[in-house]
Amino acid sequence: MSFRNAPLAVSRDQDQSALFNAEIRAAIDALIAKYPPEWKQSAVMPALTLLQDSNGGWLTTELMDALAVYLDMPEVAVYEVATFYGMYDLTPQGRHKVCVCNSISCLLNGSEELIEHIEHKYGVKPGETTADGRFTFKEVECLGACRHAPAVLLDKTYHEKLSPESLDRLIDGLE
Amino acid sequence: MTDKLTIEIDGRACEATPGEMIIAVADREGIVIPRFCYHQKLSIAANCRMCLVEAEQGGRPFPKPVPACATPVGNGMKVWTRSPKAIEAQQGTMEFLLINHPLDCPICDQGGECELQDVAMGYGDDVSRFVERKRVVKDEDLGPLIATEMTRCIHCTRCVRFCAEIAGVRELGATGRGEEVRIGTFVAHAVTHELSGNVIDLCPVGALTSKPYRFTARAWELTARDGIAPHDSVGSNLRLHVRGQRVMRVHPRDNEAVNETWIADRDRFSYAGLDSLDRLTAPLLKEDGVWRTVDWSEALTRVAERLKSADPAETGWLMAPNATLEECYLAARIARELGCPHIDHRLRQQDFRSDDADPLVPWLGLPIAELEVQRCVLLVGSDLRQEQPLLAHRLRKAVLDGAQMICINPIRLDLNHPARQIVGTPAAMIADLAAIAKRLGVSATGALKDCIAVSEPGDEHDMAADCLSRMGEQGRGLILLGALATAHPDFSLLKALAHAIAEASNCRIGYLPAAANSVGAYLAGAHPQRLPGARPTDQPGLSLGGMLAAPRRTLVLWGLEPDRDLGNPAGAMAAFDKADFVVACSAFRSPSLERVADVLLPIGAFAETSGTFVNAAGLWQRFQGAVPPPGEARPGWKVLRVLGNLLDLKGFDYRDGAQVRDELAALCADAVIDNAVRGEFPLTNGPTESALMRIGPVPIYALDPLVRRAPALQQMTMPGSAFGVYLHPDQAADLGLNAGDTVRLTQNEATATAQVILDDRVPMGCARIPSGVAGSEGLGDQIGPISLARLTESDTGERR
Ligand code: SF4
Ligand code: FES
Ligand code: FES
Repeated sequence: MSFRNAPLAVSRDQDQSALFNAEIRAAIDALIAKYPPEWKQSAVMPALTLLQDSNGGWLTTELMDALAVYLDMPEVAVYEVATFYGMYDLTPQGRHKVCVCNSISCLLNGSEELIEHIEHKYGVKPGETTADGRFTFKEVECLGACRHAPAVLLDKTYHEKLSPESLDRLIDGLE
Repeated sequence: MTDKLTIEIDGRACEATPGEMIIAVADREGIVIPRFCYHQKLSIAANCRMCLVEAEQGGRPFPKPVPACATPVGNGMKVWTRSPKAIEAQQGTMEFLLINHPLDCPICDQGGECELQDVAMGYGDDVSRFVERKRVVKDEDLGPLIATEMTRCIHCTRCVRFCAEIAGVRELGATGRGEEVRIGTFVAHAVTHELSGNVIDLCPVGALTSKPYRFTARAWELTARDGIAPHDSVGSNLRLHVRGQRVMRVHPRDNEAVNETWIADRDRFSYAGLDSLDRLTAPLLKEDGVWRTVDWSEALTRVAERLKSADPAETGWLMAPNATLEECYLAARIARELGCPHIDHRLRQQDFRSDDADPLVPWLGLPIAELEVQRCVLLVGSDLRQEQPLLAHRLRKAVLDGAQMICINPIRLDLNHPARQIVGTPAAMIADLAAIAKRLGVSATGALKDCIAVSEPGDEHDMAADCLSRMGEQGRGLILLGALATAHPDFSLLKALAHAIAEASNCRIGYLPAAANSVGAYLAGAHPQRLPGARPTDQPGLSLGGMLAAPRRTLVLWGLEPDRDLGNPAGAMAAFDKADFVVACSAFRSPSLERVADVLLPIGAFAETSGTFVNAAGLWQRFQGAVPPPGEARPGWKVLRVLGNLLDLKGFDYRDGAQVRDELAALCADAVIDNAVRGEFPLTNGPTESALMRIGPVPIYALDPLVRRAPALQQMTMPGSAFGVYLHPDQAADLGLNAGDTVRLTQNEATATAQVILDDRVPMGCARIPSGVAGSEGLGDQIGPISLARLTESDTGERR
């Protein structure tokens, strides 16, 4: 047996043009066009991001199932991707996401302190949303910004070399 | 790329093929490399890291240990599997793998035969430095066959790859990441694939184990005996695990030519039927309607007297198609030596008009493994996955490799690969074949000509004809006739068309034999027109159809339940009721046997008798009994031997089963099995089609008496298995019926009641009503006209 087995495609008798809305379909189609036709499934990650952004920052099982139909993939293969990566959320989220890196470089440079600080000051544990719904606090794996550790991803922006104070200032700026 | 190269493993020079992985070379050389995720029949995942070895290429060592399962060989490569560096890597991997493993071997079913246990003993260190809390994983319910204990899972993903690559349904998956990884279906639903049980063998740990076997025995208490599966025509090679006098479980035995390393769930779990409470354990005689237990000599003397005094012209023998070769041969001998040529095993065939033209031994037409290299397959009348799960697997491989499959069926199949499905009524099946024949320019005479002349080929017929003739040219085209073709009221016409198409397109033709020994039954002479050795006879007897039309005065029934195993149960019961004397040899008691029989003789079932099965590809496979039959029951061939002696027949002093077989083998020495027709198919007009036709496939777990008694298989909810009337939603609307309505079904005199189930896989003009299952006993032909009438509440009230 080899490494390379063509992706398992499942075609269903479901009308793909009734899924999502025209705008999202066009956006996903543009993603699909970047890959060879039999590798339609490669668009799964950017498509999940797109769907998540259009749904207030989280993915429902229905959305994932619909994407599976749209990309001719098995549902469970979409779940595998969505559960593997920290950037996908499968439960309702706050208005913003504060993602603190908990991997080695950041830990050595004080991310533990950041984590404790958020837990105490805002009363949230990792994965929880503040009572006012302002943000969801997440611990994530290495953000790839190790050289300026500790790093925090705030929604879609990287912030580096943070201290509890500078982090507070960032959070204060969130509506 | 075909050049060989040489590598060195642990100082030994080994020949290898470019592109091969180190582990494959080591396996061939008998050098042990531990592994969990690697499996020869699955794609490479390289995620367990248990196979790490030290290696160098061209004098330069790899910077770190490499996974042997995912490192291709190179010329002059050197590999060390037991060097200090390799051992350190293996111990490290083992320690990591055990971090989250519960180490609950004393209460784990896999204990004693666990790859994790073995590898930990061989390659692990003796203590773990891990003192933190271990994780616990919630179990998933994977249905009645597979027990789960997911905390034990080491995430090798063999089960996930099996489902995706072999089963073709991606139901299992690995969700989450790192410590959070879980194997499961995420959105829980039971696994209902016909090969699902194989994940039990694949799972290297005790995460997936057999539910029926759970906690009943320990691996080291079991003795392994070889066996052959008694259900479909593949003849899968089995290993029966026996404790004392009981079969505790069944595993596959590798045989590339037959079942590779897989077996169907039907072969794996049917053994439980051996413990059924209605086993027949002593000979019984019916006197004035009351059953009395008697000893063998009284029972057999009675049978011998009655057979001897009976008019052979009015006697009949019916053999189950999974009776052993020896049983079929001895039965055929006794019947013919008493002057009775009326013996048949084709229990689910309806149309016998072409008996004179049929091939001598209808068989698959090619070795099983060659199914994989076909490039165009025309499947006529077969619910393949339900009928022959492992042949379906071979054909799936062919399709994934680029073959075209075209199906002509009276129901749409759930397939796990692409196929062109042409679905229509039984009459439409004929029209479709005729249209393909027309496109191929088949020149025919008589009825066949008319039938082809009126057909109107469409695009799909063009495509089929084109594909068949292109691939036929290359010798890679195949036409297969399945169980729904056999049960078709116009089987002769279907055959005539199929053979004509095969000839015109240079394709091969194959029959999918009904059961484990259908091919053997032809060879043994359990057929009204075949003598042992599959030689034609000039004194043809009556087929099953003939015996039902002219009911027998004396009957011998072998290994079958008349209201479940025959194509027309109501017709059969009515005919058998007219007999003066019926002797039934059976492993089980059943109400229908008790009703029609006068003597019940207990015979050994699967695993309780020695014998031989001849599989679809004509392979003779001999097996020994693994356990003794219960109580007074005896292996069937011995019962027939004694009966032969009591009847004073010559040459019944066989010492053992092997002698019976050898005698038949000598008769078969020059039997050629090929699917050549021996004459013109007689084409009188078949039964006319009515407004509504019953389509009665036999569900996968209703095939024979043993399967029907295996509790775990009976709990499976396979699609289309439950008794009911499956109608297309539009058909139901036309008939004014809704889902859940109770209807009375009428086929001539035969009736039954059932509930309406909506199913868009059934074509218009058809009602799918399964055969062989509880509820279907009162019905007539598997495929034939039927009428439905809704029962109102007062009707159902009256009936009570
Ligand atoms: S359940 Fe068994 S086969 Fe499946 S991933 Fe876990 S250990 Fe491997
Ligand atoms: S460890 Fe935090 S960004 Fe890499
Ligand atoms: S067997 Fe090689 S990594 Fe699992």
